[in-house]
Order: sequence, then C-alpha cells, then structure tokens
Amino acid sequence: MSTLVLLTLTGLGLGALYFLVASGLSLIFGLADVLNFAHGLFLAVGAYGTWWTGRHLPYPAAVGCGVAAGAVLAVLVELTMIRPLYGRPMRQVLVTVGLAAAGIALLSAVWGTDPVPVAKPRWAAGTTHLLGATVPNDRFLLIGAALAVLAALLLFLRRSRYGLVVRAGVEDRSMVTALGIDVRIAFTLVFAIGGAAAALAGGLAATYFGSITPGLGGTMLLFAFIVVVIGGMGSVIGSALAAALVGLVQQFANYYAAAGVGEASAVLLLAVVLLVRPGGLAGRPA
Amino acid sequence: MRRSLVVVWLALLAALPFTTLVLPGLLPGPVNSPGSLQLLALCLVFAGFAVTYDLLFGHTGLLSFGHALYVAAGSYTVNIAVTRLHLGWPVALACAAAVGLVLPLALGAVALRVRGIAFAMVTLAFAQVGSILVLSARITGGEEGLSLVDIPAPVAGVANTANLYWLALAYLVVVVGVVHWSIRSEPGRVWRALGDNELRVTVLGLSPYRFRLLSYVLSAFLATAGGVVHLLLLGGSTPQITTSAFTVGLLVMTVLGGAGSRWGALLGGILYTYLDQRLAGLAGSTAVAGLPAALRLPLSQPQFLLGALFVLVVFFLPGGLAGLGRHLPGFAGLSRRWRRA
Repeated sequence: MSTLVLLTLTGLGLGALYFLVASGLSLIFGLADVLNFAHGLFLAVGAYGTWWTGRHLPYPAAVGCGVAAGAVLAVLVELTMIRPLYGRPMRQVLVTVGLAAAGIALLSAVWGTDPVPVAKPRWAAGTTHLLGATVPNDRFLLIGAALAVLAALLLFLRRSRYGLVVRAGVEDRSMVTALGIDVRIAFTLVFAIGGAAAALAGGLAATYFGSITPGLGGTMLLFAFIVVVIGGMGSVIGSALAAALVGLVQQFANYYAAAGVGEASAVLLLAVVLLVRPGGLAGRPA
Repeated sequence: MRRSLVVVWLALLAALPFTTLVLPGLLPGPVNSPGSLQLLALCLVFAGFAVTYDLLFGHTGLLSFGHALYVAAGSYTVNIAVTRLHLGWPVALACAAAVGLVLPLALGAVALRVRGIAFAMVTLAFAQVGSILVLSARITGGEEGLSLVDIPAPVAGVANTANLYWLALAYLVVVVGVVHWSIRSEPGRVWRALGDNELRVTVLGLSPYRFRLLSYVLSAFLATAGGVVHLLLLGGSTPQITTSAFTVGLLVMTVLGGAGSRWGALLGGILYTYLDQRLAGLAGSTAVAGLPAALRLPLSQPQFLLGALFVLVVFFLPGGLAGLGRHLPGFAGLSRRWRRA
C-alpha cells in the first residue's frame, strides 16, 4: 500500500512537471500552429535563473525571477523571430530548432555541461507520512504548483476577454481576424504564458532532481510533446489528463517492470492513442 | 550540374588520398594524413545521411524525427552480429539488409497513417524507444557503446584510412545516384506531386500512402547502409547515433544546404559536419582563448555558431545555400547555367 501511494504521488509529481511544460506548448500549437522546440530552452533558462538568483534570494523570490526570465525570453522570441514568419509553419519550426540548439549551447558555454547541484529549501527536503508512506515534500510542491497553474489558466481562458480571444483563435483563427480582433496580441500572450509555465517547471525541476544541466529541457520537452499529442493539441484540460497519465504510467512501469520500460511505455501509449484517436484524448475525432 | 563537371568533382575527391597538400587551419594535417582523411570521410558519410533524409523531407514532404533509428539499426545490427554473435561479415551484412527493409516497412506502415506534425511525433516516439532500448540493453553495451572487434583487414588500422575514405565516398556516390534516379522515376514524380497537391494525386487514382511508404523505406534502407559505413569509420557504435539530436542534425544539414534541391543536402551535410568537427578545435585554440568572455564563450560552442547560422539561413535564405546563387546578382547567370545543366 505504502509503495502504491509513493509511486502514485511521484508519478503525479512528474506529471505535474510535464503539464507545466505541455500546457504552454499545447496553447502555442493550438493557437499559432507553432511546434515550439525552443520550449526546452525556456525551461532551462527558468532552471538556471532560479538557481542563480536563489543563491542570494529566498526560494519563492528566486522562482519568481526564473519565471520572469522565461516569460521575457519567450516574448522576445515571439516578437523578433516567430512573428515575421506567421503563415509559414515549417520555417517557424526550423527557427525554433536552431534557437534551441544555439541557446542551450550558450548556457553550456557560461555554466558548463556538468550538472550544477541545487540545494533544496529545508521544508522541501523533508518528508510527510501519508497513508503509511513516507513521501518527500517536493512531490506536493510540484502537484500544488501544477494545480494552481491549471486553475489560473482555466480562469484566464474562461473568464477574461483575452482568454476568450485565445480560445476563439484556437477554434478558428481566420474568423477571429475577420471580426476585427488583433489576434497577434493573443500570440504574444500565449508565448508569455507558455514561457512562464515552462520556466516554473524548470525552477521546480531543479528542486526535484537536485541538479540542473543545460540539456534538462530536451528530455522534458520530449515527454511534453508526447503529453501534448496524447491530450489533444490546444486543450489545457487534455494536457492535464495526459500529463497525469504519462507520469503515472512511467513511474509504475519503471518500478514494476524494469528501468527504461516506463519511458518506452509512455511512447507506445502515444502511438496507440494516435492510431485510435488521431485528435488526442480531448480532440475532436479527426 | 553538367555530367562532365560531376565526373571532374568525383575524380578530384577520389584523388584526395594521394595529395600531400597542407592546408593550414583547414585540416588537422596534410590532406592524406589519417586525421584529415578521417574527417573528410566523416563529412562524406554525413552528406550521404543528409541526402537520404532529404529524400523524405525535401522530395516527399515528410518531416521525420526518427531517421537516426535506421542509421543506428545498421550500425548496431552489424556490430552485434559480428562482435557479440561472431556470425562473420557476410551474415552480418545480410542481417543488416533484412533489418533495413523490415523495420522501416513495419514502422512506416504505422506512422504514415497520420500526417504532418503527428507523423513527426510518431517517428520521434519510435526512435526514442530504439534509443532507450540501446541504452538499457546489455547486448548493445549501453551508454558506453560497443567497439567493433573483428574489423575486416582492408579497412583496419590507421594505415588504411584511405580505404575508409574511399568507402565513404563510394557510399555517398551510391546514395546520390539512387536518390537522383528515384526522384526522376515515376514514383519520384508522384512524391513531388504529393507535396504540391495531394488531393489531385488521389483524384488521379494513386494511393498517397503507398508512395509515401516507398519513399520512407528507400530512405531508411539507404540510411541503414550508411550506418554500416559509419560503424567501420568509427570502429564501433555509440548511443549518440540513436538520439533525436542526431536526426535534428540531419534536418539542419538538409535545410542549411537547401531542402529538395539537387545538391543542397549534400553540401549542407559536408559543411555542417566539417564545421561541427573543426569549430571544436577552434574553441581550444589560443586565438580564441585571448578574447574577452563575451566573445570567447559563444565561440567556444560549435553548436551555438551552427544554431545561429541555421536561424540566419532559415530567415534570409529559405532555399538554403543551394539557393544562394539566385540572391546574388553576380551569381545569377552562373546559377542559371547551373540549373539548366
């Protein structure tokens, strides 16, 4: 029983990280048709930003700085590199691929490719007893952060005017433009949100894994892609469900089968979902 | 390019191992030194990989993130058959040929049921499974890779690097020959038409699925063959060739040179591999070490320079380096003649 609880909470914690990366990725793809390979870079910038400021600032303020760095970078990328290429999705994908390679190399140049150890705040290093299991506190931190972001995103999308524009844009972009609404503001906005969420994931991943490398974003991005496709592109709820599913499948398969099986099963899950339901869990059947 | 010009280029490339020319800074030693020939051979093999990738991406319009899987399949199949199972080279090559046909046929049949970005994701997923298997299985040597024990005598040892170079050149020639022949053949015209107007192809009564699968299997088979050459060149298999980063590298080469153009992928492959190898040397040189940190740090990372170059090409040269001639007025006449020939 205690193993089951621990595995579930660890799986959900991992799922929480995936969700933070995937939600922005999914919104960006749903609205702007950009498959954003630079998302892993936003995550790495968030991780390094949090670690770098964390040496002088308390943990919440450091995470805030990391998130701000990610959001600012994402907005700059959208304004200078993505915006001139709207309507040419292939070239946008290619630009983000080049950007990710260059940005991650730059991070390696400054801080090296070796893992940088990150100290956990004391309350996150402790454990809590729950249903007979001893659960590290950072799992609750991850799940709590993901739930908070999910709630904030849903509130924004369903209750605010810009959220309405974003939702309408995902549904039918040309119609929104035809109605005289400048949908480009929504593009910048989803990049800012996506960058901030990815950077938050980076900051929290640093706490979770205990160390950071410039390549941290690459692995996370791969699973975030899987989550986005399983969840259905453009759907935040779908991403949340898929993230929890992938995180749990990965943890349980890795524990009960063998190391590496978890990653492989997540990937097989993707293939199955795509073949049975090409639009993803939340997508309209294609 | 005129046929005679191709023959001249080929003769020049084939004669390189006889040159003792020293190109200071460009190559690690005289042209025919083992270090230089190894570097040149690597460039040629990667140019071959890029051409096989371009068959999918440029000529059929399929964005695959799983091409590395087939390179790795060639390298690891032969290596495991020879080093672990002691089957001997003829059997090992037959195994690789079988894997190079069956694997893409099975995976392509599944992946091609979806299109566009979803196809990219499924291929990425399959390749990732391959990468995980290679990293976790014991027979593949895991993270350390697997050294080839029984290297055939003609290509064994540093003294025979020239033979490896010719092998790499032969591989590139075969790949370019097969790809150029196939895109001029009837299926090749259908591949191009699929990129332009798929509906029209369907209306004409042709099955896009089958033609895409044909392109996918051909490209993967050639990549598998390249994996074997790569194995001989490096004297072993490393898990690096299974990663998605390897496929992204091929994508970058193809776009850098000019996707779907005649010689673009080949040029891009040579240039990218050369820069990737040589810029690492530049980073360690004293000229760079003396620069201020703001310049030294970016210059010390080949991937930064290549990434930045790639972004610039995507922005300002959508046709890649092969399309450069069209943008420079002085080159216009030359490039017209180039394209007509």
